[in-house]
Amino acid sequence: MLDSKIPKGPLADKWSKHKNDINLVNPANKRLIDVIVVGTGLAGSSAAASLAELGYNVKSLCFQDSPRRAHSIAAQGGINAAKNYQNDGDSVYRLFYDTVKGGDYRSREANVYRLAEVSANIIDQCVAQGVPFAREYDGLLDNRSFGGVLVSRTFYAKGQTGQQLLLGAYSALSRQISKGKVNMLNRHEMMDIVKIDGKARGIIARNLITGEIERHSAHAVVLCTGGYGNVFYLSTNAMGSNVSAAWRAHKKGSFFANTSFTQIHPTCIPVSGHYQSKLTLMSESLRNDGRIWVPKNIEDVIAIREGKKRPTELSEEERDYYLERRYPAFGNLVPRDVASRAAKERCDAGFGVNKTGQAVYLDFSSAFFRYGKTEALTRGIKDASQAEILEMGRAVVKSKYGNLFDMYKQITAENPYETPMMIYPAVHYTMGGLWVDYNLMTTVPGLFAAGEANFSDHGANRLGASALMQGLADGYFVLPYTIGDYLSDDIRTGEISTDRPEFVEAEKNVKSQIAALINNKGDVPVDDFHRRLGLIMWNKCGMSRNEKALKEAIKEIQELRQEFYARVSIPGSSNDFNPELDKAMRVGDFLELGESMCLDALARDESCGGHFREEFQTEDGEALRDDLNYKFVSAWECKGVPSDAKLHKEDLVYENIELKQRSYK
Amino acid sequence: MFQFDIWLVIGVAPCTFTKYRKTMRKTGILKSSLSKKYAMALTGLFLCLFLVGHLLGNLQLFIEGEAGRVAFNEYAKFMTSNPLIKIMSYITYASILFHVIDGFLLTIANKKARPVKYVVEKGSRNSSWASRNMALLGTALLVFIVTHMMNFWWVMHFGDMPVHKGVKDLHTITTHFFNPHENAMAGAATLLYVFAMVSMSIHLHHGFQSAFKSLGLDHPKYNSTVKFMGKAFSLVIPSAFASIPIFLYLTQA
Amino acid sequence: MNITLKVWRQKGPNSLGKMETHPMSNVSEDMSFLEMMDVLNDKLIREGNEPIAFDHDCREGICGSCSMFINGEAHGPGRNVTTCQLHMRSFKDGETIHVEPWRSAAFPVIKDLAVDRSAFDRIIQSGGYVSVNTSGSTQDANAIPIPKHDADEAFDSATCIGCGACVATCKNSSAMLFVSAKVSQLSLLPQGKPEKKERVIRMVDQMDLEGFGNCTNTGACEVECPKGISITNIARMNREFLSSNLTSK
Repeated sequence: MLDSKIPKGPLADKWSKHKNDINLVNPANKRLIDVIVVGTGLAGSSAAASLAELGYNVKSLCFQDSPRRAHSIAAQGGINAAKNYQNDGDSVYRLFYDTVKGGDYRSREANVYRLAEVSANIIDQCVAQGVPFAREYDGLLDNRSFGGVLVSRTFYAKGQTGQQLLLGAYSALSRQISKGKVNMLNRHEMMDIVKIDGKARGIIARNLITGEIERHSAHAVVLCTGGYGNVFYLSTNAMGSNVSAAWRAHKKGSFFANTSFTQIHPTCIPVSGHYQSKLTLMSESLRNDGRIWVPKNIEDVIAIREGKKRPTELSEEERDYYLERRYPAFGNLVPRDVASRAAKERCDAGFGVNKTGQAVYLDFSSAFFRYGKTEALTRGIKDASQAEILEMGRAVVKSKYGNLFDMYKQITAENPYETPMMIYPAVHYTMGGLWVDYNLMTTVPGLFAAGEANFSDHGANRLGASALMQGLADGYFVLPYTIGDYLSDDIRTGEISTDRPEFVEAEKNVKSQIAALINNKGDVPVDDFHRRLGLIMWNKCGMSRNEKALKEAIKEIQELRQEFYARVSIPGSSNDFNPELDKAMRVGDFLELGESMCLDALARDESCGGHFREEFQTEDGEALRDDLNYKFVSAWECKGVPSDAKLHKEDLVYENIELKQRSYK
Repeated sequence: MFQFDIWLVIGVAPCTFTKYRKTMRKTGILKSSLSKKYAMALTGLFLCLFLVGHLLGNLQLFIEGEAGRVAFNEYAKFMTSNPLIKIMSYITYASILFHVIDGFLLTIANKKARPVKYVVEKGSRNSSWASRNMALLGTALLVFIVTHMMNFWWVMHFGDMPVHKGVKDLHTITTHFFNPHENAMAGAATLLYVFAMVSMSIHLHHGFQSAFKSLGLDHPKYNSTVKFMGKAFSLVIPSAFASIPIFLYLTQA
Repeated sequence: MNITLKVWRQKGPNSLGKMETHPMSNVSEDMSFLEMMDVLNDKLIREGNEPIAFDHDCREGICGSCSMFINGEAHGPGRNVTTCQLHMRSFKDGETIHVEPWRSAAFPVIKDLAVDRSAFDRIIQSGGYVSVNTSGSTQDANAIPIPKHDADEAFDSATCIGCGACVATCKNSSAMLFVSAKVSQLSLLPQGKPEKKERVIRMVDQMDLEGFGNCTNTGACEVECPKGISITNIARMNREFLSSNLTSK
């Protein structure tokens, strides 16, 4: 049933061979073909721009007030590419290998290899667009290292890499808008997919300013709508990030894959109170120089929590650098899932260092001294005092991570140059998403998914600086080829009328859903439900899961969903600018997705990557994978309510990599 | 368009600009907001030069006795008869006129750009008072220029002038103007002149260095010099100007 | 802490707005400004009233959505922060806080505190890009070394988040800082140089068409800019616009 359409042949030749084999659409015919791209993050902007350059008529939607505000903008650390500029042994194969291993062997070899293959082109393309990557004094590009790898292959622009890359893609998109090749619809949200004869032929969208429901037809629809981490309410996602487009597609026949694979990022600023609306990430790049620890003795923990002791008063012997202790080879640079779980383990054991007991230290004091010493020597000062060294070291760290330190200070009112940062894991990314084949097409013909919205490249855990790589790879270098193969059948279709009964029907459904919500005279704000859903998800389907908790969660979410539709209160009208209504539509979908995530987690009786089932762990608490029974992608087919969804399995074939127990020790 | 006509009528737009008028896209450089700023900057800086020249002449009012009277009157005659100076003076008039009209147009455009005002606005938290009130200061200066020209320029050109040693005796007109025994309004006039020079000082304090920025003359190496020159200019020139009526008033009181 | 909030309420672009007063008690100092607004909205909804509409998204100071004029300043009293990163500890107990939308003819109010900033998009569309198509065969990223200083300067200009604080704060509603930041970024890099002249002329033309005011070099924009973008960019654009007009054909 599930055909991943992976081309035959040796791994390294698959993509180039495939590109040669697939059908093309001639330039004159491209003008006759319409494509809708939903979302304007890295994948969406780059796809829309590239497709328009090729000659297709593109319609692009974003719910934000400008395509430049998509949440890719917030990615901090960097983007990987197998350029091997540092001469440290990097290669396409090694990037491929690291990504598959980092994903705990739950991703497709062919997709990941293609990703690694085009990674170098991304950097060339972005530089050509005027993306100001960090450079060395020789004028050449600088690199840094990220978790889970042994080379420096991450390109960056201070702590704002995502911003710079997105602005690059946004500028390419803007250029096509000015040429009239892209019709950009800001403040528009996709409400449903319209299928005609089984193919995706358009969407129903809502103008968020006027509330108007619009029909848009096309020969293909591309969803670049990002991840669904916001199902946890508290996450590093933007407030508006949502699953709705993907979920509506799922309900129209697209399979949803690896739904429960969530990345919990180890270095985020801990929660400060019940009013908290979002969590802020502190870039993974900080783990290059910061050391993570909690006190060794519980007495010190208590003293710190009561404010009787300060962390800086503890001697080296009194500190437990638990990552360095447990994983000597990778130390503080273990992959995200490993680092997060280790922090949770320490905090669950009672060693959390803030009032809530949910924080560990990220300490830069050794980096200050290390950099300070080098700096003193470079400046020719041989007898620098400790204070001078510290001062110089702080300056070096400031030049590397200044904006992150400022952000930390702004949020917590503590100075991270003087006292260690407090961090705790938070939901960051979802590896799961719409199931797509090698061509990035979902199980609905003509409906494509790219970027975080699809499931394809990161397996059960994504390595740092790979999300930006995937978004741009899909949009710039994969989709423009593969979509042509599909559209080559559509050169004679002609314009698709939005008067077709399928459009009328879909529009009617959307309108009645909206009417039901807005006319519901409830008494509870949307956020209230979202918070409660988030709490269930975090506690029972978060960093670690078990059968009992998951079953409870499923029941609780079902009840919450019922309560939501009975009691939600949405003031205002539906034909007006009404952010509460936008939110309500999204939370309604999250309430279904949440249940599906629990079902997916329950169906996978193993631990792998970000999915940690307490029942399946090694003696020393590491994830215990079961390759014999669970080496597959779980792809769920919607059959009405989430609990009725049908599981399909795509077996993962490893021809080039030997499956190993992942070890970072 | 109205603004466009003004440019052509006054005709001080650097003639090189007109060449590109047809090739410009939507609006054209002549009507670009930036060109209005270039014009403000150029006319402003030119008027700064004028101020220096004017001051140098006026300083002769400090020379006491008959020698001063002769020197000042000769200077006044030179200024009204030398053809080169005449051309310069026309450029000065045009610059003043242009600076005023351009400033007026800019102010109108700026007001239009924010039709609804803020209920609370704390400009003092992010900018100097001078920079926010250039139009106000400019208006004060315009009022002053008009009165100043009525007091002296008009009299010199069209008035019934006393003659001293064959030249029009502007020296006597001037000294009497600030002499409380000759002019009942001398005190008020002195105050007005001092007040005007304070306005000019504040106007120049921002205007001088802002003109450089508007023309794109900005470089980390030279910015501090420009800033210093602006500060010095805005202090020295207006105070030197202001010292003349004060000196005349006090020495004759 | 207790505060009194005076918030601008406006039904739509063509309606008249007015300030509305909301006393708030038990506000935590650790809340961000927007979280405080969330709490107020929660209360309003529970009382059956319409919540206050405002734009926000990432809440980490990078998307540029949030746009509040707080106590007479764009993004409030903090420096180098957006509204979403402004925390209540920046205010005093008992303080009255005025919250208004960005006010500019080019940024019409949509509702309450949300405004339409699509003028910025149109300015970028007029030329804020390098005309390079997607291609797997552009030259190698390291083929043209870029002096670190130029790259850093271009980066600093490129950090603009397009929030519009510069326009909101400028007494003339001028968009010069925004436009010049993009012009600078691209003209500082070798990749942007070929289209340098065209770009600046087209972007300034579009800026004028949108109805922004003129630059008086007050410097308010650079003070209130959450990313600390320098007005040196404005001078650079003035220079480039002039020289481009004088030398282009």
